[in-house]
Amino acid sequence: MSTAEADPDDLPLFAASRKVYPQSVSGPFRRAKWIILLLCLGIYYLLPFLRWDRGPHLPNQAVLADLANNRFYFFFIEIWPQEVYYFTGLLIMAAFVLFLMNAVAGRVWCGYLCPQTVWTDLFLAVERLFEGDRRERMRLDDAPWSFDKLWRKAAKHTVWLIIAWWTGGAWVLYFADAPTLVWELATFTAPISAYAWIGILTFTTYTLAGIMREQVCKFMCPWPRIQAALTDDEALNVTYRYDRGEPRVSFKQALRLRAQGAPAGDCVDCHQCVAVCPVGIDIREGAQLDCIQCGLCIDACDNVMTKIGRPERLIAYDTDGNVKRRLAGLKAIYRPLRPRTLAYAGLIVVVGGAMLWQLATRRTADISVLHERAPLFVTLSDGSIRNAYTVRLLNKRPEPRPFALTVDGLPGIRIEAVGTAPTADIRPVVTVDPDSSREVRVLVTVPAGTALASTQPVTITASDLFAGETVRATDHFMAPGAHP
Amino acid sequence: MDQHHDDPKVHLLHVDPVTGQATTGHEWDGIQELNTPLPRWWLGIFYATIIWSFGYWIVYPAWPLLTDATKGVFGYATRSDITVQMNELKAQRATLAAGMAEATPEQIKADPKLFQIAMAQGKAAFGDNCAACHGVGGAGAKGYPNLNDDDWLWGGSLDAIRQTILHGIRVAGNDETRLSQMPAFGRDGTLKREEINAVANHVRELAGLSTEPKANLVLGRKLFADNCAACHGDDGKGNKEMGAPNLTDAITLYGMDMASLTETITNSRNGVMPAWGGRLDEATVKALTVYVHSLGGGQ
Repeated sequence: MSTAEADPDDLPLFAASRKVYPQSVSGPFRRAKWIILLLCLGIYYLLPFLRWDRGPHLPNQAVLADLANNRFYFFFIEIWPQEVYYFTGLLIMAAFVLFLMNAVAGRVWCGYLCPQTVWTDLFLAVERLFEGDRRERMRLDDAPWSFDKLWRKAAKHTVWLIIAWWTGGAWVLYFADAPTLVWELATFTAPISAYAWIGILTFTTYTLAGIMREQVCKFMCPWPRIQAALTDDEALNVTYRYDRGEPRVSFKQALRLRAQGAPAGDCVDCHQCVAVCPVGIDIREGAQLDCIQCGLCIDACDNVMTKIGRPERLIAYDTDGNVKRRLAGLKAIYRPLRPRTLAYAGLIVVVGGAMLWQLATRRTADISVLHERAPLFVTLSDGSIRNAYTVRLLNKRPEPRPFALTVDGLPGIRIEAVGTAPTADIRPVVTVDPDSSREVRVLVTVPAGTALASTQPVTITASDLFAGETVRATDHFMAPGAHP
Repeated sequence: MDQHHDDPKVHLLHVDPVTGQATTGHEWDGIQELNTPLPRWWLGIFYATIIWSFGYWIVYPAWPLLTDATKGVFGYATRSDITVQMNELKAQRATLAAGMAEATPEQIKADPKLFQIAMAQGKAAFGDNCAACHGVGGAGAKGYPNLNDDDWLWGGSLDAIRQTILHGIRVAGNDETRLSQMPAFGRDGTLKREEINAVANHVRELAGLSTEPKANLVLGRKLFADNCAACHGDDGKGNKEMGAPNLTDAITLYGMDMASLTETITNSRNGVMPAWGGRLDEATVKALTVYVHSLGGGQ
């Protein structure tokens, strides 16, 4: 407790956000970020145009979410709505990958891969192109309006909007045949929803990457909070090695102190790490929620250390425990392979393996049988008993397939499919269109005089006449008998 | 969060000695709440959403009045919304059902696409119009025929079913309605009590069911030949032209026990079904025809 009493109503519960002017920097981390940026954006903008031949009945776009027909295509994989659990599996995998990255090297996702980071980086590059680096931008913002300021600002926002528009434009291409949609968009004949989604994504991209920037990470994203709960002492984080850096003194004074044999830190308090920080923090205050761990302060500090002839990596991927250990004169310990990381890696392998196994062994046909509930059974005039079922046959292959239906389980049992054309086959044959399903009403009859309980199992089998794939489902056959 | 260190007000505030961060001044048993100021844009968006919400009052129905409610400038109402949706559905169905209006029930049954539409439409129409008596799925009940079986009073062909749906059964004033009148032999005094008992026993004998030990089967056979055989036939196998049911098969509409048979012979039954010709459009009647025919008993 300190200082005098204040009126609680006068408390600054809200703070005006201060604009961050990240300075440009060069170095291995910056280079890695550029490469990742180009790779991610390249994939995002160009992937819809990649073709993948699936035969005459299916779209030839490699990645396509065909909402109108309830299909999702990803290269050789085609997902039906009931197989949406693959996405659940992917999300579980993504979570474990995130945990693993976090356990090995902190917020790798935030610093290098998150769309918010990637697009903000791109928008910052545009900002630098028109408004200059940190100091010029600060001066420009402080300066009164002039033609020079106006055109620079206008050009920046225009380019931002064009990028944002392209971002939305690329998004909608994942939901329709890309070349067709591009032509429709260009000739203003695309569906209204396409324009609406482009508008929404233009707005969000422009706002989030151009204006909100680090505010998204600080106040809107839940991951920093989760990350803080998941991290441990062994995880590498972007760390200021205060064992080496403190006490901070100027370069010249450090030389003097060292000559006298007195302690002098390597940190010359040049604030370069603060200047380049995209979230505007001081990494020397230690691990903090706002830090996205992009590593740019490492590059900035290394450049300075090189200049003053001190060893690099005063700021580095390290752990707080190691800094303390070095202060105590102990050796630093690095354990990327430890139970936690091995467990995450193991879980990724288990989940990924289960998904692959499921994908590799999944059937291209399926049958589901629903017993008619009203009436449960029908007595025919000759005394035979009939049950009706709704049978749904799925054909996941890109060509039409005829399925022959048979039924087993009782002596003399017969099967008919309503509305199927008679064929040479004695069995009813149901032809299902390519990549679709078909529902048929199926009648199963047992001759009079058969000993029947109130319910007994029967199996309905559908056999592909050409490919030989067989699917079956077991259901009940109901009869008058002693009903409960 | 270092920005509020520069704020001159901070110096007047409670400051947490451990973190050096200002507190809100709230304290619970020695625990203090650190003040982490929200960004002002957040507050701005909060107020903006409140202001935005006023828009709903203006554009959508919102305020209840004494007898009514404010309409809103968009003129939106869920009821008009449903009208629009129903019209869209009708337009959609019109194209789907276009083929159905021209096709005969036989052609519908042979065309897989039309058949699928007819089954869906027929099922819906059956639920709306027929299920009240015939039960969901046409399961029937005592006095209301089961439409899944292969026993038909008036014929189970597509044409016969369509005729029955269009004109109903025993509909007064409809020339083409299904019409037959079984006499009420007991109520009219044609047959006496013991004669009715004899006929009922004979009917059970025809159906292969047990008869009462004291039953006069000879009398029953004679009375059946005199009074019933004209419609039901000497062997009791019925006549679909006259809507006379087959008494010998495993299916019964009103029951084959002695009490039910006595009741039927004494008072007659003569169930009715409305004519749907004027009420349902042509395509719906065709869909119903195909649907009922496909339940399992169609001939």
